[in-house]
Amino acid sequence: MHSQTLKALSDALAAGDVSSQELTQHFLDRIKQHDPAVNSFITVTEEQALAQAKAADQRRAAGNAAPLTGVPIAHKDIFCTQGIKTSCASKMLDNFIAPYNATVVEKMADAGMVTLGKTNMDEFAMGSSNETSYYGPVKNPWQTEHVPGGSSGGSAAAVAARLTPAATGTDTGGSIRQPASLCGITGLKPTYGRVSRWGMIAFASSLDQGGPMTQTAEDAALLMNAMAGFDPKDSTSTDIEVPDYTASLTQPLDGLRIGLPRQFFEQGLDADVGKVVQEAIAQYEKLGATLVDIELPNTHLSIPAYYVVAPAEASSNLSRFDGVRFGYRCKDPADLEDLYKRSRGEGFGEEVKRRIMIGTYALSAGYYDAYYLKAQKVRRLIKNDFDEAFNNVDVIMGPTAPNAGFKLGEKAADPVSMYLSDIYTISVNMAGLPGISIPAGMSNGLPVGLQIIGNYFDESRLLNVAHRYQQETGWHAQLPAAFA
Amino acid sequence: MALDKEDVVKIAHLARLQVADSEIDATTERLSSILGMIEQLQAAPTDGIEPMAHPTDAVQRLREDVVTESNHRDQYQSIAPATEDGLYLVPQVIE
Repeated sequence: MHSQTLKALSDALAAGDVSSQELTQHFLDRIKQHDPAVNSFITVTEEQALAQAKAADQRRAAGNAAPLTGVPIAHKDIFCTQGIKTSCASKMLDNFIAPYNATVVEKMADAGMVTLGKTNMDEFAMGSSNETSYYGPVKNPWQTEHVPGGSSGGSAAAVAARLTPAATGTDTGGSIRQPASLCGITGLKPTYGRVSRWGMIAFASSLDQGGPMTQTAEDAALLMNAMAGFDPKDSTSTDIEVPDYTASLTQPLDGLRIGLPRQFFEQGLDADVGKVVQEAIAQYEKLGATLVDIELPNTHLSIPAYYVVAPAEASSNLSRFDGVRFGYRCKDPADLEDLYKRSRGEGFGEEVKRRIMIGTYALSAGYYDAYYLKAQKVRRLIKNDFDEAFNNVDVIMGPTAPNAGFKLGEKAADPVSMYLSDIYTISVNMAGLPGISIPAGMSNGLPVGLQIIGNYFDESRLLNVAHRYQQETGWHAQLPAAFA
Repeated sequence: MALDKEDVVKIAHLARLQVADSEIDATTERLSSILGMIEQLQAAPTDGIEPMAHPTDAVQRLREDVVTESNHRDQYQSIAPATEDGLYLVPQVIE
């Protein structure tokens, strides 16, 4: 039952072959049995899940079920869930019971989905390995001494180990796509503004975007139908119509123009990963696509620009954690300044503190023009490169990450080498474009992802292009033997 | 650009973050290494390029100036570290 796709489970529920209560209990049992090996959940909401499952079965019996009614899902612990601990994997929010639901959580609940629990992540979504979590690192289900990627590492590992049929993630610099690649699942980062950010704890507000993490592109399409859309409560949400993402999945790819950016295949790319990506691209040629060499000349500037823009926005967003209104407060503060400094110093982990300090420095008097303004100008250069490329191609393809999953601890001591694992994903956030990672092969027993980047609000095409590949290949259906 | 210890102490104060004396050296080294990587930006020609704050260059929407929220004070204060009579408590600021 657990190896089934979300689509298959949805069909089984509709046919009456299984009840939501049976399905939910099955996944709760799997979490109990297998999660100790991967540490993908921070909170399991067993009681609420079984109550939601019962309500879903009643809704179906009453004849008003939606396609996702009764299907379990897990939420990244960055999404506020009313009455349930929402920690962002930080000591700062270890005692935070969210007083309301994020819009994404609300929409999933409205569709009748069952929340199994909250998944582990890098603290405040700052990391590419899931090692910065206050609750300990997540392990890659394929090889548990390797990282699952980050920051949505818990969501990726939980889907890969089939502890949940699907999960939500968020992507600020690659945090959906990179862990999807490292864990062998499908992860879609929608266009900035496509999915509401309301109730999603902010890291870098001009870059953050929530999206689905699933076994297949078809499953991602089903989730996007319920997840996407305008939200008056998110001032940066875009008010344009949401298509039926499942409608165009099977469109033929004849004549599809695929752009291959030279900069994505140069030094720094692992040879095995490069080979897997080339084989996937060859498969697309068989499906009728044509290949076009393109240039994204400012790719190398995306990481330095990101590490100004994202920390600057984070230093502002995280100023709300002050030990006064919610979250961690230090013991016996001597005065107000001591209260602020020790609550923040003790409540935040090392990487979060580093980024707050980088951002504070970049925004401080005398440095604003040289850092923040300069980075915003470079950001436009990066966007212009993509605009130019999309004049001649329909999608862009390349690797999602330069390597398969590295070993736990391997990059922990060197932040800059960790940052480089997002080289192919960060520019997509800087431009605000949608991107998807799909499983395309293996390297030494670890999954490798293919990244497909689309034009603004062209998620339908991304899902179509991903789905056609998944109809011809079996990489997305593989699961690690220990979790079969 | 390389930071020195005094820079780090000042930045930590601006960010209201306590950094233990024993961590200052390691913090200085790591922040300097990140800023060194960021330094690549300075070589990029950006004359006449408009800074980009939002991917689709959207502007803030306006709405009617009417009350949209109900009072959540008790609910929100139930998760606060210390409150009294509907107020948040902090150490005494004014003697």
